[in-house]
Amino acid sequence: MNHNPLHDVVITGVHNTRQAKVLEGHDSRSISLEAAHGALADAGLAPIDIDGVVGPFGNDFIHQHRIGPVWRSLSPLGIPAVLEAAMAIACGLATTVLIATGEAGSHRQRSSTAPWTRPTNEFVAPFGMFTAAEFALMARRHMHLYGTTPESMAHVAAVIRNNGHAHPDAVFRGRGPFTAADVLESRMVADPFHLLDCAMTSEGGTAMVLTSADRANGSARPIHILGGGTDHFGPAYQNPPVWESGGRRRPDLIAGTVGRRASELAFAAAGIGPGEVDVCEFYDPFSFEIIRQFEAFGFCGEGEGGDFVLSGAIEPGGPFPITTDGGTMSFSHGGAAVQLLQRVNRGVQQLRGTCSSMQVDGAEIAMCTGGGSGAMFTDVILLGTEAP
Amino acid sequence: MTRLHAQPGPITAPSPSVFSEAYWEGCALGELRFQRCAMCSYPVHTPGAVCSGCGAGALVWESSSGRGVIHSFTVVWRPVTPEFEVPYAPAIIELSEGWFLLTCIIDCETEDLSIGADVEIAFRTTLDGVSLPYARLV
Repeated sequence: MNHNPLHDVVITGVHNTRQAKVLEGHDSRSISLEAAHGALADAGLAPIDIDGVVGPFGNDFIHQHRIGPVWRSLSPLGIPAVLEAAMAIACGLATTVLIATGEAGSHRQRSSTAPWTRPTNEFVAPFGMFTAAEFALMARRHMHLYGTTPESMAHVAAVIRNNGHAHPDAVFRGRGPFTAADVLESRMVADPFHLLDCAMTSEGGTAMVLTSADRANGSARPIHILGGGTDHFGPAYQNPPVWESGGRRRPDLIAGTVGRRASELAFAAAGIGPGEVDVCEFYDPFSFEIIRQFEAFGFCGEGEGGDFVLSGAIEPGGPFPITTDGGTMSFSHGGAAVQLLQRVNRGVQQLRGTCSSMQVDGAEIAMCTGGGSGAMFTDVILLGTEAP
Repeated sequence: MTRLHAQPGPITAPSPSVFSEAYWEGCALGELRFQRCAMCSYPVHTPGAVCSGCGAGALVWESSSGRGVIHSFTVVWRPVTPEFEVPYAPAIIELSEGWFLLTCIIDCETEDLSIGADVEIAFRTTLDGVSLPYARLV
């Protein structure tokens, strides 16, 4: 295998602040800074060790700690931010990069859906569209094409919510346990999605520190980046979310399978296949998206995702445990982007073996994802305890 | 059984872009417009400047038959904002010319909705005087 520069980069620090429905006394700037300090402490570094930053409050961090001049990225957060930070380190633009984000105080008026879910585009806003409806159109098409059932989606939601139920730091800790029947009995939001099929909203901060493998020598447990990729089909919430759209590049690369190309790139860089993944920290905006991702990434065939998730594969102890902290349904969903980075953070915690709940025994490879079909993008990163 | 209606309340008026002015002009006249490529005939929506089929910059406005089928749909019970009355049924319509429109289905019961059902476009004017293309079962 050719040398992949991503393999020279490791994650040495991760941190989640307290997550809650409302974080009294915080705004987005203050919780982002708290997250940044937490990740630095976890990595055993001081602010002056950082010479690259990513995130909306990165500029604030540079100024407050007077660490400039440094490299700064305007990358969106989540996996694209991790990959861009890794590329900056691999290319020598920075040696040690901080990714920090957080949101608090932006969504406390609950009569409307969260502000980041409400499109303003001329072709969708007049019809009352929001994120749940966009994703529901994709899920309904999958039901039509393959006979996928609300019961299989509800099972996914119950598994993820039970993971959060058991997590001491989850916003919805202790709210369960849930059964698929509980999910199906919750009120309908956007058919086929019931309330418990959907992400919740909350507040919180999260951060990560990356550096080169050389510099990380001596770190407690550096986690390696094995590969990654990002798939986009253009602007979300403007064009109709047609399952079959796209396909000009390759017939099977359609909006409904978004993330397939990204996962192929990631697996190729890692030199592994889906069967070697130990923990699936998949992004869970809606229950159906887990089913869709198992198909898109090749864990099962197209249309087989419903049966796959009902086969015992995704529960704790199964071969492909999902979203082990409770994800956006139960752990936290801090805004437009906080929760996207938290998938990667959880993958790091799993590979370190430090999860306080739902630790996957001996986990060596984690697959973390972000995005979703209704949003027309999916990002993938593979993490490992060892370099390839 | 729950009846689906066009939204009776105020809806923020769409802000046309340079590309979409002709689309909204058509709606005001009760005419559903889309763009078609003069080179390869590929139908294009939402409005743009290049053909999504072949990349040519030769898009020509055309009137749609307004006939199509339901490609996918949902029924919303938790409105995006309190201004929207529930339930409403966002749907993707595949028009007879082979392009896709996002709209809401009206004038039927929620139980009547199914993928593949025939629909026609029907314009309704909002409280603010904006003409919107909805879909009705035929």
